[in-house]
Amino acid sequence: MATATEREENLLYVDGPSKVFTIRQGLASTRFVAVSQARFTMHDGTPEIFTLAGESGSGKTTLARMILGLLVPSNGRIEFRGRDVTLITKHDRRGFMKQVQPIFQDPYATFSPLKKIETYLYETVRNYHMARRADARRYVEQALQAVGLSLQEVGGRYPNELSGGQVQRISVARALITNPSLLVADEPVSMLDASLRMSVVNLFKKLKEEKHVSVIYITHDLATAYYAADRIAIMLRGWIVEMGPVENVLGHPLHPYTQILKQSVPEADPDKRWHDKTALAALETEEYLRAGCRFAGRCPQAMDICRQSEPKDVFAEGRTVRCHLY
Amino acid sequence: MTTNTIAAVRDLRAYYITNAYGVRRTVKAIDGVSIAIRPNEIFGIAGESGCGKSTLLKVMLGMIEPPLTVVEGMVGYAFDGQSVDVLAMTEAERKRIRWKQVSYIPQGSMHVLNPVRRVHDTFLDFITVHHRAPRAEVETMIRDYLRDLGLPLQVLRSYPHQLSGGMKQRVTIALATILWPKVIFADEPTTALDVVVQRGVIQLLKEIQQREENTLVVVTHDMGVHANLCDRVAVLYAGQVIEEAITQAIFKDARHPYTQYLIRSLPKMDDKSERVSIPGRPPALDNPPGGCRFHPRCPQAMPICREAAPRLATIQTDHRVACYLTPGEVDDGNSD
Repeated sequence: MATATEREENLLYVDGPSKVFTIRQGLASTRFVAVSQARFTMHDGTPEIFTLAGESGSGKTTLARMILGLLVPSNGRIEFRGRDVTLITKHDRRGFMKQVQPIFQDPYATFSPLKKIETYLYETVRNYHMARRADARRYVEQALQAVGLSLQEVGGRYPNELSGGQVQRISVARALITNPSLLVADEPVSMLDASLRMSVVNLFKKLKEEKHVSVIYITHDLATAYYAADRIAIMLRGWIVEMGPVENVLGHPLHPYTQILKQSVPEADPDKRWHDKTALAALETEEYLRAGCRFAGRCPQAMDICRQSEPKDVFAEGRTVRCHLY
Repeated sequence: MTTNTIAAVRDLRAYYITNAYGVRRTVKAIDGVSIAIRPNEIFGIAGESGCGKSTLLKVMLGMIEPPLTVVEGMVGYAFDGQSVDVLAMTEAERKRIRWKQVSYIPQGSMHVLNPVRRVHDTFLDFITVHHRAPRAEVETMIRDYLRDLGLPLQVLRSYPHQLSGGMKQRVTIALATILWPKVIFADEPTTALDVVVQRGVIQLLKEIQQREENTLVVVTHDMGVHANLCDRVAVLYAGQVIEEAITQAIFKDARHPYTQYLIRSLPKMDDKSERVSIPGRPPALDNPPGGCRFHPRCPQAMPICREAAPRLATIQTDHRVACYLTPGEVDDGNSD
């Protein structure tokens, strides 16, 4: 347990929040734990790119929404600079949002196609009282420069006139206007071509190094995660099954699930083609409701104990891993 | 067309021509493409979004509806020694070859299945339209095929919303290939799927191709899929083929600066070294740059690149490049 002073130095302190959804079907209701006991800390002063990776339905977005204060955890708590994010009043909400900014998946869905894209930048300046009206233009220009664009290029344009990579970089520019300390980017590159992905991922690296912005980078693309991230948490059916520095976790994965994930990335190298076969996921809810380890049904190394009791987090080889093998 | 070609496109120009309020706009989505696809191979078509991949596919499938207009060129297939010209066919004739000879796995397959019908009914509808056979025979055909592909038979009783995205994609692949087509086109078959599921889909495509010994054409921007699946790859840029080679050569010995960029910008596992994205962005196709279309983004552009477009030339067996840096023997479009 961290002491009070330690907690204030934490940028983000995620202390085992869980989120339970209840599915009602007629009279029956099923409890569905979307996120269970996620635990990690991000420190002020040491900006980092923290990746949440996993398949769809692994609880990545639910966890992100809890961090943004958009969903209230069923139990556990999330603190931002020592304050519980669920207890932020309406009045303080703007101050919190100034510090923590979201970036969403589909760049074209973020912006209305009927509005000029610069409108969003000016609105954000105004809503957060970042600059006087006369200075707004200079301020917007600065934000665009940080993402490698300029008003000359994008001013007066509508989203459909720009490429996906440009629109996504503009949504990063919008998030930067408030000088945030933390960006929560939910699948920011999954709608982009591989060649454009690097422009967004390189931007995160640059922001971390030059502006000391920490980024929670949510993705299922392990190759960009390995490239950009400092730490990674692999999520499976609501659990963080393995977490640590990206070189350790993806370089030498310990959890069988991480191993399968790593092997499933199609590498752009014809010498590394797959020759063996993999087992595919059972139905989703079935895995969520299973007793014991949630990966037991697909795990090539499953033992009897895996079907009976839930594994605990253990520290091994420079990362935490939740598996009975260790 | 020679015997070693099952599908060919020659000097194809397909434009989107719109005429709104007296303003004529021409988008040159495909501008002078020639490719020859061989029987029993997996052929990849790569390129960024907006490079004309999907338009090429539409024309090859004969799905040409205004504003898409074929200005020039030929699209043909050779089935059992008989060649057919897709562009000269009537719609009724095209319907006859569609699904049975030439099949298509559309992008975003999850939206293809009828949401209010069970998967089984969708299969029945599909097969009875294209293949006359007694009901009982069709039923066993569906079951046998799904079992062969390793799909659980419960999916037949399910509605599409009860299946996961990956399962829907595999069901669509099964649906598109059940009538033994000779040529299968797959448009972005793995985009929007999870990595583990992606791998399953790639495996399934490979398995079907190996078993039936038909021809598979994979269109995707994901170079990882091309590396894993394809025998040969053609790289499209701004509506033109700029390089075409066997997969090994594309990844290890790319000659066109664009292809080199494309390969080098990909992040690799176990390698954190700096990757640069390609500077600039693909040109708008209603007003593409003159000369080589890549010259505004090319670090090695020379004066000649601005003046005239380089032609696709053979530099080695099975390796064609359109770049002044690698001169080769310009062919007349009848290489295969």
